[in-house]
Amino acid sequence: MRMSYSIEGGDFSAAGRASSEVKRTLKQFNISPLVLRRIAVALYEAEMNVVAHARNGAMQVDIQPHSISVVIEDEGPGIEDIARAMEEGFSTATEEVRQMGFGAGMGLPNIKKNSDRMILTSTPGVGTRLELTVNF
Amino acid sequence: MVVQEKYMNLDKVNELISGTILLESHTSCDYTKAFASDLMSDVLRFQMENTVLITGLCTVQAIRTAEMSNISCLIFARDKHVTEEMIELAKENHIAVIVTGSTMFEVSGKLYQQGFEPVYR
Repeated sequence: MRMSYSIEGGDFSAAGRASSEVKRTLKQFNISPLVLRRIAVALYEAEMNVVAHARNGAMQVDIQPHSISVVIEDEGPGIEDIARAMEEGFSTATEEVRQMGFGAGMGLPNIKKNSDRMILTSTPGVGTRLELTVNF
Repeated sequence: MVVQEKYMNLDKVNELISGTILLESHTSCDYTKAFASDLMSDVLRFQMENTVLITGLCTVQAIRTAEMSNISCLIFARDKHVTEEMIELAKENHIAVIVTGSTMFEVSGKLYQQGFEPVYR
């Protein structure tokens, strides 16, 4: 099953809608709540990153019988130093993002923790591509 | 001797913290743990099943975070104003919402005293 969602940069009120739709779809399958949480949290953090940092983005979801693969791509400033961005506590988030309870530099490490496979690539000034897989 | 309960339902949690239930979840849940934070990134890091979230961050994203983390009870401390949009989102996701005039510290203390456990991982 394949699904696709667009994500609007800066729209904090809508942030999480795509992840919510995916979680709701997955609930129909026989997936344990713990795995469901891992998937939802990873997607939500990734979606928040697009809303917080990029102009716009898209989430493409591919659900297989025993795994889910998701690609989140955005057009935005990109990430200068991926190794640094993966460090806990490193963040370039704005004050607005911090007021939402995010931007503490824990998103990317948390996505990695909740995924079985994660590939992050970025071109500064162009955008970022995050690919993740969770097995179930 | 004070008999401490190992778990509590929504009504008992609400009574204990002198709160008001703005929304019931319609899914019975026995709560055994509590987590207090305004940092949603922190909430998203831990296993939150059977946990009540105590927060002062009164935004749609607090509800979204609860949804993603399998949290079915949110307590907003210090009489925060919960918007219609938040209630609608909570309703869609079967998340109970309580507001209380108590501070996060007071709510945490009362739940801790009743045997609620912290969330470490």
